[in-house]
Amino acid sequence: MARPVASARGVVKRFGEGAPPALDGVDLVVETGRMTGLVGPDGAGKTTLMRMLAGLVDPDAGEIRIEGCTPDEMDRSRIGYMPQRFGLYEDLSVSENLNLYADLRGLAENEREERFAMLLRFTDLARFQQRLAGNLSGGMKQKLGLACALVREPALLLLDEPSVGVDPVSRRELWAMVRELVGEGMGVLWSTAYLDEAEKCDSVYLLNEGGLLYDGPPGDLTGPLEGRVFRIALPEKSRRSTLRRALDDEAVADGTVHGDAVRLLMRKGGDVATVAKPSGADDAKPVPARPRFEDAFVDLLGGGPGGSSDLADAYRDIPPDDTPAIAADGLTKRFGDFTAAHDIRFTVGQGQVFGLLGPNGAGKSTTFKMLCGLLTPTEGSGAVAGYDLRHARAEVRQSLGYMAQKFSLYGDLSVRQNLDFFAGAYGLGGRRAREAIGQAIETFHLQRYLGQNAGGLPLGFKQRLALACAVLHQPPVIFLDEPTSGVDPIVRREFWTHINGLVERGVSVLVTTHFMEEAEYCDRIALIYRSEQIATGTPDELKAMAGDGDATMEDAFIALIEASDARREAA
Amino acid sequence: MINSRLRAIIVKEIWAIIRDPRARILLIAPPVVQLFLFGFASTMEVDNIRIGVLDLDGGRWSREVIERIGGSPNVAEVRLLRSDAEMRDAIDRQEVIAALRFPPQFSADVAAGRGGVIGGVFDGRRSNAAQIVSSYVQTIAGEVGATAVPMRAPPGGQSIVRNFFNPTLEDQWFVLPALVAILASVSVLPTVSQSVARERELGTFDQLMVSPLRTYEMLTGKMIPPMIIGFVNVTAFMIILPLVFGVPLTGSLVPFYLALIVYLAALSGLGMLVSVLSSTQQQAFLGIFVVINPLIILSGYASPVDNMPGWMQGVAATNPVMWFLKISEGTFLMAMPASEVLANTWPIAIIAAVTITLSAVLFRQRME
Amino acid sequence: MKAASSLRRLRAMMVKETRQILRDPSAFLIAFVLPMTLLFLMGFGVNLDASKTRTGLSLQDDGAAAQSLAGAYAGSRYFDIRAVGSVRQLRERMVAGDIRAIIVIPPDFSRDTARGGGTIQVITDGSVPNMAAFIAAYSEGVRATWEASRAADAGRQPTPPIALSARFWFNPELASRNFLVPGSIAVVMTMIGSLLTALVVAREWERGTMEAIMATPVRMGELLVSKVLPYLALGLGSMALCAVVAVTVFGVPFRGSVGALIVISTIYLYPALCLGLFISAAFKNQFVASQVALLTAFLPTMLLSGWIFEISSMPAWLQGLTYAVPARYLIPQLLTVFLAGDDWLLFLPNMAVLFGFGSLLLFLCIRATRRRIA
Repeated sequence: MARPVASARGVVKRFGEGAPPALDGVDLVVETGRMTGLVGPDGAGKTTLMRMLAGLVDPDAGEIRIEGCTPDEMDRSRIGYMPQRFGLYEDLSVSENLNLYADLRGLAENEREERFAMLLRFTDLARFQQRLAGNLSGGMKQKLGLACALVREPALLLLDEPSVGVDPVSRRELWAMVRELVGEGMGVLWSTAYLDEAEKCDSVYLLNEGGLLYDGPPGDLTGPLEGRVFRIALPEKSRRSTLRRALDDEAVADGTVHGDAVRLLMRKGGDVATVAKPSGADDAKPVPARPRFEDAFVDLLGGGPGGSSDLADAYRDIPPDDTPAIAADGLTKRFGDFTAAHDIRFTVGQGQVFGLLGPNGAGKSTTFKMLCGLLTPTEGSGAVAGYDLRHARAEVRQSLGYMAQKFSLYGDLSVRQNLDFFAGAYGLGGRRAREAIGQAIETFHLQRYLGQNAGGLPLGFKQRLALACAVLHQPPVIFLDEPTSGVDPIVRREFWTHINGLVERGVSVLVTTHFMEEAEYCDRIALIYRSEQIATGTPDELKAMAGDGDATMEDAFIALIEASDARREAA
Repeated sequence: MINSRLRAIIVKEIWAIIRDPRARILLIAPPVVQLFLFGFASTMEVDNIRIGVLDLDGGRWSREVIERIGGSPNVAEVRLLRSDAEMRDAIDRQEVIAALRFPPQFSADVAAGRGGVIGGVFDGRRSNAAQIVSSYVQTIAGEVGATAVPMRAPPGGQSIVRNFFNPTLEDQWFVLPALVAILASVSVLPTVSQSVARERELGTFDQLMVSPLRTYEMLTGKMIPPMIIGFVNVTAFMIILPLVFGVPLTGSLVPFYLALIVYLAALSGLGMLVSVLSSTQQQAFLGIFVVINPLIILSGYASPVDNMPGWMQGVAATNPVMWFLKISEGTFLMAMPASEVLANTWPIAIIAAVTITLSAVLFRQRME
Repeated sequence: MKAASSLRRLRAMMVKETRQILRDPSAFLIAFVLPMTLLFLMGFGVNLDASKTRTGLSLQDDGAAAQSLAGAYAGSRYFDIRAVGSVRQLRERMVAGDIRAIIVIPPDFSRDTARGGGTIQVITDGSVPNMAAFIAAYSEGVRATWEASRAADAGRQPTPPIALSARFWFNPELASRNFLVPGSIAVVMTMIGSLLTALVVAREWERGTMEAIMATPVRMGELLVSKVLPYLALGLGSMALCAVVAVTVFGVPFRGSVGALIVISTIYLYPALCLGLFISAAFKNQFVASQVALLTAFLPTMLLSGWIFEISSMPAWLQGLTYAVPARYLIPQLLTVFLAGDDWLLFLPNMAVLFGFGSLLLFLCIRATRRRIA
């Protein structure tokens, strides 16, 4: 039966005097034969806890036990640990990496052949043994990292965010592999910022800001929300205004745009019938929906923010225009004989949110960079706000606001200096700059952080500052590259409230994401896979293409990828 | 003339340099280390000499010579040796840089007017110092000799040595003005070279590239702040050198500063070239390291450019530090006229034009 | 059993490290490109021996003696008469950098010479003091030789009362290249030992591979050894390349034994490698590690090792500092093994000091390398 292999009791860790604790009295048990999830946004303390269990960080208080031993006494060959960036030597080949870890973990020579054959079959890497790890795709690196951690069968497998940025097919395969190991009696701790992964674990530890918010089976958390989650199908025009009003309603705890509908989480006792509907949409009926882990998380945190955006209120109205805000017409980019993006074509109407969805390395960033003028297309053309990419790059840049993947402001500059710089870079001078900056400070509540280094801000404020800098010049088009990966759902809600507000003002948004939830916030999506645009449509159209009305976005994505692979094979 | 975009990026780059603790290292460490290490370590004079003496004579004149050597301000110690073997060991072990062997008949030969010969052995492993020590000994031998036979022969001719620009041959008068040129290079090059590479590594590069900033604005914005730093550093040295170290400043400052600006631009261009070619700060660091060594070694600071083989002098002509070092020495010591400053500035201007153009072209290409 | 698995881990780590060295462009850059650049710069670019000095002649006397002395200068292998004119004109040429010295033969020189005197003036470019001193000495040599030959022609044989017969051991031709080129090897080994090692280990921290390695049963001692040995081999390889180039391309004599050179280098690399490991363990960041390595290893080796600049001529506080620079103990050994031959009485005390440095740094290194992150 299930037996504990690792435990943490009351562990506390602080980095630096007076800093808020990275972990604050956390208890955790990993049992054999169970998939244990460690869930929470970036900065919640997941990695610190993982490292403690791997014996790489000492707790300030509390104790760690691995199979009954302290980290100093334990037999390290009994632990498989895959750190965030997989711990691979990029300049060594697949088999060199495997051999290195086999030697380090003391796998006997005579067992090696059989074990390697098994692992390579298991991870489907047999064809790539001679390839340098640095030249593998994200999904393959992740599998190799797993193989290295498993090279000598461990009792405890620690996986630190193994699925970040990996395509959903690989992610699903990885999950299945680890599931199988769990079935064989291994203890597995899987940490993730994807809340949808949490739902599939046997038992979940939900961390937030170093504290444990919840532990237990995920169903126990989502169960009580049954009957409080609804979808209201609405036409595109009225979705965001409805959501805004709904979120300002006391009875509504949380809400998002969800494909063709608005998805609402009601507070306990809140009545969905009272939520104001747009005129002319009386036939829109709230349909009960299945609660998700994210709903539970938001509920635990006391509900999301309201629906009004100060940013949008102060924004100018973008005059309506029939020309598409963004147009891609057969965009193709080749690097040498490698085609990074092939024949990408779509248009984004004014006031629409358009998503480019795909795994890392699929070509969505290339497409994105061509559209914002960072890369010159090898073939095809494009336009942003009516300006042709080939002839009017400067005008294109002036009319878009850009928020890069990860935090990409100047971390050593203060908040104020960042704002000053971006105002100037977009040609705002004198009074206009002062006004725009003053407005941004007020909207995003940055006043008390003005003198602080941007790099040291709490995650949520970094996010706000990045958005503030991107829209100082009130552009008609906004490009968002993976805008909310890793942030907690409250910050994500707030962020999307601003974006939705801007869209109502007539701003058009292009967003890239590998995050399935986020794809649902878009009006339309293009799926990019292996440099090709394999499908385009509204989220619900894509789900319908997958052939299953109740499918999630991930199911749809996987079905479409498989269909594309099948076509490719056939050709 | 300066639009708000250009101003914004210049201000940002200045803040980036001042606030980044790593960049601050580059700002403070080089001038301080330079001033102290180069200023004090790099003396070519030979002082505190240890000389061995094997006196097989023991007469009046050998003792006189030994005494005079011991009394010389450059000599720290005269070690008495007892045998040829001991003499050999003392040289071998580098206990002394030179050993003087007075043969048994030395004083008698001197007194008899036959001329005494001191056998001097010098450590050729330190050939430069050894030569200088040998000339010290030569001088002392001559002086003692003159007192030995005062009236014997007509005095013969002589040469009077005059040193222009630096009458007492103060080493620091050469080293410190040279340091002005080198200092500017070590403060400008690393800072510029990090600028683009840092943005690439921190992920802010794309953010910058999608802004409406033009290429020339970005390059100018990144080059001007390090130039300001170089300007300030050089100016500080221009004040410290005459006041603290007593180096005469004889030339006129206007042509010097005009040349300085061209020189700083050339350095920035070179640093920018390295930065554009590097994708990480690490590469930029190694790149600048590979560049800066030849720049300094071939500047005329380590040894005069005149002494290099012809083809090497050709290589040195592409080195902006070499040209500006001349201007700096000239302005401090030689009252170099404006026409001469100009003659040494136009090669720097060509270097600046080439490096800046090349980095602008590559910058555009590398955006892809 | 335990020892066997430890040995296997060690071997695995060293194999990995060697593969990485072979595939890493920065290792190639630091271990081969940089040494060759340095060697060629030192061999061709730096020459402390004055070669032909470009000289101006101000001949103010048209007598026979003056003409004869001028001819002596023109024919000398130390002087190259580039310009003739007044002192004022020649001074301008000197400011322009065209000439480095002016020989002034005054109006009455021939008359004075006939009377047994004859004074000339040698004006040097004092802005380069070292060169100026050499020029003055060479000029006096030319004049004295000229005078002696005139005296001999006249049948007089003036023996100077006291003469110095100087012999320069180990480097009779006094080529500065002979100490500059072998000395470069010290810089090369410092770069590989301290800078490259610091970079490599810091990179493992930055890329997260150190974290993965530390979670395995590998011991910290094995980790250290696996970093030291491959880079020791690389350092020796690079040293050997430099030595071969020094002897074949630059004609530097090699009078010692190859064995001694290897022992000397190995013992020097011990503190150099430990310093590199210590820097990276203490800073864990490539950029900071490289800056620290530059300040604590490269610059002191260049400036404070007694290689180019005489230690004895430095101010006392700086001389004190040189005792903490490992290269200070290497330079005499290197110059001796190249130019003089094996001299173990000189080698051994220096080696003992280096060994002491190495052990101290190793101790610091072990203390800094813990199986902990943060």
